[in-house]
Amino acid sequence: MLTRAAHSVTGTEAVGPYTLLRVERGRLDPGVPGQFFMLEAPERLLPRPMSLCVASERELGFLIDPIGPGTRALSSLEPGDRLAILGPLGNGFQLDVERPLLVGGGIGIAPLPYLSERLGSPPAVLGFRTEWHAEAAALLPGAEVVVDPVLVTDCDFDGFDLLACGPEPMLEAVRHRSPTAQLAWEAPMGCGYGACWGCAVRIDGELKRLCVEGPVLGAAA
Amino acid sequence: MRLLNASGCLDALTAPEVARSLDAFVTKTVTPLPREGNEPVRIAELEHGMLNAIGLANPGIDRFVAETLPKLAGLEVWVSLGGFATRDYVELCERLDGEEIEAIELNLSCPNVDEVPESVGEVVAAARAVTTRRLYAKLSPAVPDVAETARAAEAAGADGLSLVNTIRGLALDERSLEPVLARGVGGLSGPALRPIALAAVHACRRATGLPIVGMGGVSTGRHALELLAAGANDVALGTVLFADPAAPGRVRAELEAELAAHGFADADNAVGAAHAAEGSTLDPKSRLGVEKRLHTRLNVAG
Repeated sequence: MLTRAAHSVTGTEAVGPYTLLRVERGRLDPGVPGQFFMLEAPERLLPRPMSLCVASERELGFLIDPIGPGTRALSSLEPGDRLAILGPLGNGFQLDVERPLLVGGGIGIAPLPYLSERLGSPPAVLGFRTEWHAEAAALLPGAEVVVDPVLVTDCDFDGFDLLACGPEPMLEAVRHRSPTAQLAWEAPMGCGYGACWGCAVRIDGELKRLCVEGPVLGAAA
Repeated sequence: MRLLNASGCLDALTAPEVARSLDAFVTKTVTPLPREGNEPVRIAELEHGMLNAIGLANPGIDRFVAETLPKLAGLEVWVSLGGFATRDYVELCERLDGEEIEAIELNLSCPNVDEVPESVGEVVAAARAVTTRRLYAKLSPAVPDVAETARAAEAAGADGLSLVNTIRGLALDERSLEPVLARGVGGLSGPALRPIALAAVHACRRATGLPIVGMGGVSTGRHALELLAAGANDVALGTVLFADPAAPGRVRAELEAELAAHGFADADNAVGAAHAAEGSTLDPKSRLGVEKRLHTRLNVAG
């Protein structure tokens, strides 16, 4: 069942180059970590897909990288502004893993704080382009942080159940290291619920809609 | 008036409640063979619309009939058919013989495939010869005279027109200046398409007596009212569904308020209102309809 409702912005804060957008939780179901929400972007035709970053009883937080007109509009929202939110959507991470290790790269750390909370703060490795971007690691206290030229995928993953989100080359590297990893992918999305066929990615050799089949997929897919 | 979705803008299997909120569900275009569609990137948001180049991704008619259609039971289903030659449309119509569907929409205007179907009149006539279903021709507004195409569809035996499909557009990346879409060009939809749709519906209403499903950039009740006034009998929602799956209920409620504010007893009474002052130039069948509706409207107002 699709649920879309207007929520008030409670605040925004800069986290390195990113913006943490906080909205009142209301009756919004935070869903499973790795699921996503379509956020109405002011003055834009299409909403933007965002995974939930942090959840408290009263607020939900989305980490936004202001790289285009929609994400810039979302980043410039102010307390009291209202935006429609549709979700939760898609398939999140499977949480029944024995030795979880979270792997994140850049804005791909977005779903990891909420995932970490639900898994009881497992170890995490985060990679960033610059020290400035790495300020976002504050959202995941205790995580090991690497900044280029060190690659997050150079770390020792043996024996862990990997749950990863980050840029495509990072996910491909994780996939090759661990056939049991769970990977959260990203694609431009128009609707988030299977209506527009815009977010097609190659899964099991076929072009499929990431919003319906993912965004979290097994490494074997 | 019925409220539908534009073909390719809704999947009744992933969003059944949205499909049920419409008067009829129009399928994504089905072709004879399965099509994977175009490589990503497939969509791009623009200032006043969006581009898509999905490329008629679909399971093909065999799997559609065997697997998809049974799952649509309970919905009033319009099946959109697409092909690359007249014989494709004939085969597709024949394959739907005996299936539980309400209408067939011939997609004669996809901007995202290279192969161009043969002339509209030829395809419609060939389809007409093999099916007794209600047959709608979905036309492109990107022709010199869409009314001429509409007349050809009518002469060939179409039961209605779907106006309009998207028109071809291009978006370039902010930094690289390369096309955003992998295919290069895509179909333009959303607000930018609305005045084009209105003009096409207006022209085709004057040219033919066929029922028209109007679509193109509708996101409010006012937009729906304008399409009705231009001559549409039914209205379809497209791009707005991507942002708001609850749009059908909202647009319907807004349209009710608009109709009341303009003194129309119901949506059917608003059909063709834009032609009221020039009724004599309409097709005779349409003119009679408009005169009758004007009469009704006067009674309501008086």
